[in-house]
Amino acid sequence: MTLQAVLVVAAALFSVGLYGAVSQQVVVMVMMGLELMVNAVVLAAAGLWWFLAPTPDGHVLLLVVLAAMTVEMAMGFAVATVLHRSRGADTTDSTTDLNR
Amino acid sequence: MTGTWWEAVLFWSLGAVAVAAGWAVFRTDSMARATYALAASFVAVGAQVLLLHLDYVGVVTVLMMVMEMAVMAVYMVMFMGMNPALMPMSMVHSRRTSIGLAVGTFLVLGGGALLVPWPTRRGSPAPDLTASLGEAVMGSKMLVMLVVSPVLFATIVSALVLALPRSRYDRLGADLRRRPADDPQPGGVGR
Repeated sequence: MTLQAVLVVAAALFSVGLYGAVSQQVVVMVMMGLELMVNAVVLAAAGLWWFLAPTPDGHVLLLVVLAAMTVEMAMGFAVATVLHRSRGADTTDSTTDLNR
Repeated sequence: MTGTWWEAVLFWSLGAVAVAAGWAVFRTDSMARATYALAASFVAVGAQVLLLHLDYVGVVTVLMMVMEMAVMAVYMVMFMGMNPALMPMSMVHSRRTSIGLAVGTFLVLGGGALLVPWPTRRGSPAPDLTASLGEAVMGSKMLVMLVVSPVLFATIVSALVLALPRSRYDRLGADLRRRPADDPQPGGVGR
């Protein structure tokens, strides 16, 4: 297990998540792609922390990334709820504008 | 810092599971299976983070993501308007562009990971990493917690405001004095 191995796995996860975020039509599936990308960031940050500078600073930064994941999830679900209520839509193609 | 051989085997196995499950999220025929695949990917990454000695972050990742995927499965059932476990689906656009973008990103990031001359390790880990994290968060890095806490609280309020169909102002008026409340259904205990 080396830093390069960790970063290559994280790059693969990030790429798969990017594919999902760009290609999917359903809002919740787009959120899944974003979650995979943030998951890759968590893995890469953990690898960089352990192999380069295992001090508490990096550990705290990872907590912040986890908090960002939580915020993204909660707001994403709320926006999906609003979209479904206001337009009966669950796909990004039906919501290309911001007004009603 | 290369670890033992079994750690390397375990790491690559978990990495393969994480990437394969992540890919299955967008290839499977049902949204329920997609949710479970994403949960499997998160658990594998959480285990990898545990291998990197980040016990607290690894455990929190697994616990948080398993719960999140449970919530996400409920959302799928609520919003998709079909049986999410049985009905095949293909809801993809810009397929070629997306695959090209993903492959290009992987080549750039993976190439960077392998070609960049990474510096050697500086500093050494504390004997008890979780305890050192707690001391940092409650000591020198307390500002981070002071910022994250209101952000999470604001998120709760914002999500509720967005998700609520009718607020108390809709029911009771701008001054909250309207009696009886303006409800679409009378309900209640007969008042």
